[in-house]
Amino acid sequence: MRYLCLLIGEPGIEGPVPGTPEFAQMLSDYESATRAMAADGALVDSGPLQPPSSAATLRVRDGRPVVTDGPFAELKEQIGGYYVLECADLDEALRRAATIPAARYGAIEVRPLMVMPDRA
Amino acid sequence: MTSQAEIVFRREWGRAVAVVTRLTGDLGLAEDAVQEAFASAVGRWASAPLPSDPSGWLITVAKNHAMDRLRREARRSGKEQAAMLMLSQCDPDPPPGRIADDQLRLIFACCHPALDPGTRVALTLRTLCGLSTAEIARLFLVSEATLAQRLVRAKRKIRAAGIPFRIPADDELPGRIGGVLRVVYLVFTEGHQASTGSRVVRGELCDEAVRLARLLAGLCPEDPEVLGLLALLLLTDARRCARAGDRLVLLAEQDRSSWDHVKIDEGTRVLDRAARLRRPGPYQLQAAIAACHAAAAEPSTTDWAEIAALYAALARHEPSPVVHANRAVAVAMAEGPAAGLAILDELREDSQGGRWHLLHACRADLLRRLGRTAEAGDAYRAALALDPPPAEREFLSGRLAELDC
Repeated sequence: MRYLCLLIGEPGIEGPVPGTPEFAQMLSDYESATRAMAADGALVDSGPLQPPSSAATLRVRDGRPVVTDGPFAELKEQIGGYYVLECADLDEALRRAATIPAARYGAIEVRPLMVMPDRA
Repeated sequence: MTSQAEIVFRREWGRAVAVVTRLTGDLGLAEDAVQEAFASAVGRWASAPLPSDPSGWLITVAKNHAMDRLRREARRSGKEQAAMLMLSQCDPDPPPGRIADDQLRLIFACCHPALDPGTRVALTLRTLCGLSTAEIARLFLVSEATLAQRLVRAKRKIRAAGIPFRIPADDELPGRIGGVLRVVYLVFTEGHQASTGSRVVRGELCDEAVRLARLLAGLCPEDPEVLGLLALLLLTDARRCARAGDRLVLLAEQDRSSWDHVKIDEGTRVLDRAARLRRPGPYQLQAAIAACHAAAAEPSTTDWAEIAALYAALARHEPSPVVHANRAVAVAMAEGPAAGLAILDELREDSQGGRWHLLHACRADLLRRLGRTAEAGDAYRAALALDPPPAEREFLSGRLAELDC
């Protein structure tokens, strides 16, 4: 099964500040976690996101695109990155997600991707 | 349902569902298949003697129903090969240890932290204990349709999210076992205190909880809290017959000769094993309290000072009004009603404690013993106003009437 892991920042919890040894440690933790998932064949895709201020939000209404500035307003917490993992079950996905540093500074939503019948 | 079939049903439901879930990987399908197997059994066993191995018969019939359905579905979707592979992996006669493992797999799926906490208990009662949706709906005070909907949603989530039917690996167990113990404890409490219905104790729920605790103790023989829970359930359940006749009978007034000494001995042995591991925890402390009561041949020989100390230790793990109130009762027994009352009065300030009927019931009892009759009457009335379960309501009304105020 495939799982989307959304890395979510929680308001009020500050992660390490760039330039500090803690920040360097976090980067190296990301690298080793990602490398381990790739080595096991579990990593489908992953990546950090630019900050929410860089986002544009699109809606198509009456056949015409309507673009607004900024992220989708109802999203309370900001999404900082994602992983798509191929795992045997939810427990494996949770175990792997626990190795991602974002779990320590915020939260990770682990959600299964729907399997489309023609691709099964 | 004939009573013979009903007895087998209670005993075998969880085992059959567990085995068929392992074979098919689908809890919903397994439940339907076991239901069908029991329906066949009712027709067959009403007119003929029970098969020599009713359990094996039921599992085989349920398996056949499940396989028939898988085959039909496979034919429709052209996946016959996959179905045939699954069929070939079926062992006709699972050994007893295998069935216990299947049940453990199912427990860990039903108590998975990704499921809503309330639904975990309901799902466990349905799949492992064989209670009907109607019975569980009554326990949770919701309509049968609401409860059925919750169970359907939980089973759908198990499938959609890929919640595994698997015993967690050794390094995952410590993170998962606590949630499972909690569910088993709640199943037992529901049986022992029966918040709904007219019966004081629902014995079948207590039996099921003890059975599940035994399975877990077999899986984690070195986890002192797992042993602590088993000991707690055994020592508490030993008082079942003495506690509940037509009405609730308080510990001090119970006929101690009717306590189940086989359960007390086993509970005490299990608790000793836990204590030797030297990692105390809330279940062990509660079991130790139950063991103190069990060790007293007469209420007057109860070691209340020890019980008060155990409750104080428990309050450090679980600082809830319930634990503090119990400590207050023990202190009252060890040092006199006034000392206990002081603790209860502090709790009453707490808004959570103030809404809890047993707190007022305890205060009422201590005030009565101190001869403060008018205040005791007010406390009994406060307890009754908070809508206690029927058996307790009757007891409290009786005490209030005796006060004559």
